[in-house]
Amino acid sequence: MLTALLSDIHGNLEALNACLGHASGRGAKRFAFLGDFVGYGADARAVVDTVARYAAEGAVVLKGNHDEAIEQGGGYFNEASRASLEWARETLTGDQKAFLTALPLIIREGDVCYVHASAVAPHRWDYIDSPAAAKRCADAAGTSYAFCGHVHDQVLYFENAKGRMSEFRPFPGTAIPVRSHRRWVAIVGSVGQPRDRNPAAAYALFDLGGQRLTFFRVPYDATAAADKIRRCGLPGSLAYRVEMGI
Amino acid sequence: MRTATPGPMSTMREELRSGGVIGGYHLGQCIHQGGTGSIYRASAPADNDPGFPIVLKAPYLGRGESAIGIIGLEMEQMILARLDGAHVPHFVAAGDVRASPYVVMEWIDGESLAKTMTHAPLAPEEVARIGAALADAIHSIHCQDVIHLDIKPENFLLRPTGEAVLLDFGFARHARYPDLLAEEKEFAAGSAAYVSPEQLQHDRSDPRSDLFALGVLLYELATGAQPFGQPETLTGMRDRLWRRPAPPRALNLDVPPWLQEIVLRCLEPAADARYQSAAHIAFDLRHPEQVALSGRASETQPLGVMAQAGRWWRQRRRDVALAPSTRSAGGRVPVIMVAVDTEHPDDDRHPALQAATRQLVSLYPELRLMCISVVRAAPLGEGSDELDTRTGRHLEHKMRLRHWVEPLGFPPSRVSLHVIEGANAGGTLLDLARANHVDLIVLGAPGASERALAWWRSVASNVTANARCSVHVVRVPERRTEMEPDSA
Repeated sequence: MLTALLSDIHGNLEALNACLGHASGRGAKRFAFLGDFVGYGADARAVVDTVARYAAEGAVVLKGNHDEAIEQGGGYFNEASRASLEWARETLTGDQKAFLTALPLIIREGDVCYVHASAVAPHRWDYIDSPAAAKRCADAAGTSYAFCGHVHDQVLYFENAKGRMSEFRPFPGTAIPVRSHRRWVAIVGSVGQPRDRNPAAAYALFDLGGQRLTFFRVPYDATAAADKIRRCGLPGSLAYRVEMGI
Repeated sequence: MRTATPGPMSTMREELRSGGVIGGYHLGQCIHQGGTGSIYRASAPADNDPGFPIVLKAPYLGRGESAIGIIGLEMEQMILARLDGAHVPHFVAAGDVRASPYVVMEWIDGESLAKTMTHAPLAPEEVARIGAALADAIHSIHCQDVIHLDIKPENFLLRPTGEAVLLDFGFARHARYPDLLAEEKEFAAGSAAYVSPEQLQHDRSDPRSDLFALGVLLYELATGAQPFGQPETLTGMRDRLWRRPAPPRALNLDVPPWLQEIVLRCLEPAADARYQSAAHIAFDLRHPEQVALSGRASETQPLGVMAQAGRWWRQRRRDVALAPSTRSAGGRVPVIMVAVDTEHPDDDRHPALQAATRQLVSLYPELRLMCISVVRAAPLGEGSDELDTRTGRHLEHKMRLRHWVEPLGFPPSRVSLHVIEGANAGGTLLDLARANHVDLIVLGAPGASERALAWWRSVASNVTANARCSVHVVRVPERRTEMEPDSA
């Protein structure tokens, strides 16, 4: 069965819809949303509604640090993202905030672990930015597969014969054999705010039975998403980042 | 899901024998016992018959065995399953790496190159014929994003048809898959006699490593000796980072200069100084008369101590200056074929074709340009004039071809000129393109002589429709005066 892995949507409805359509067209039957539904983008409400609808149908949904900041207030966000979180806090309904508050930080299902940041201490929001950090995450997850977001670039870490992790930059569209006797930590990339100078939305498809993982980049109407950010009075830098993929 | 299979390892070892059954496959005769595993003829379950003979390959297992056998099998399962074509065995099935590691593939009817090698030195024509077949096989996997990294006689089979088949992808690397061997430094190098300088420096990402190993094979076929011997230590192997081996002609004077040129170019320590594509090696081996000879081509003595010391010193400096970033472009190094009509040297399409060729070749830092002229066969028994004889006509057209390509300012090592007689220009171009791994054909749109014909009968349309590569059709823009009157 194919599972779509989507993370860091950040209020970008156009990007989310493009990825959901892309995944369904390729036969995805399950969906896992790895957190950060709000912040940066202009469609916090519509994105949370979409995710809640999938959750009702059995999708995996996790909390990200931006989602947590809606209830707790954000300490270490920069000015633009603080402004966008403030705006989201005012925009979201009580039900929507309650939905975000109730989300879990980590879910293990059989041989798969889903988490927004790292399985080591999900509430600390550590970045998996090195093979050593990936190794700690895999150890804490205790599963063959750990699927994460938080870092916006797509990376696949894999265990070598000595039990250490190596880093691999995946090629979009190539199905990578990921045999379960090794441990794998996949950073699936950001749907709503990619930062590698390519504005196309990022997500991944996991085939548990076939033990294959495919990373994708999906082009979408980034200009429309950026225009919405400008129209609702959020900092222009956020619109620019979406358009440019930075 | 982790599936606990009780005692899979012990079961596996018992079954790995003639008469045993693994994954439903009945094992027949053992045809190979290597350092890390063995290969058996096998028969498939009736409901799963691939329709051709097969073998099953399994690594040795257990505490005493090196992990390389099992990782190698995992790599082979991943990579062989993605490879196509006549130069690799068809992949059939694979067993779970943990519970029952094996891979089932097509059995190839052929003779091992190791056996051929026992007859070396071979005649130069034979070296060229076999070498071109080996280069074809390497080119075929390189085009599929795979580097073999363990090219040696034992890993080539030669089919009765002359085609070469590459075996054992346990050390191989697929450019779009994680490299499970990347950090296994003690395993990452291939076999001592054939391993490339890059692999000795722990770089497994350069396709030109396979071209170095091919150079060792060519050397061995031509002389019966290995250029760097069989060093047993890493220091011994690192010699090849700078040392130029004795020229083949120092060991066997029958080796012609063109073959020596090809072999020594393959064996350059710096990958940038080697051939950049296996297709170019195949081309040179098939067209000895087109090989541009440098000074090393006719040497018959090994380099003196001072010259070798100079190479050692330059290699040290290269290491410092270039570190790991000079990796091959990875992009394709194309063979481009341009069809030139030398029977009509005044045709107004020539400047346009030259301009287009100049533009296209400027896109690549390295390439091979084949200039072809297909001329009509000389009428039999006509005239005694030099120009009318077959050789005379051939020479005349070759001169026109050289005159055509000269303004492009290419070094002779990158250009080859071919005048071919044939009534069917399109078919001739297509055959040549196929035989020489051509990536792009450049030719003119139908000219005055063809304009009366329907487009589909022209050479350009035939080539465009039937080529296996890209085709660039060059048209001379119509002059304004010829435009429809009411469009002004």
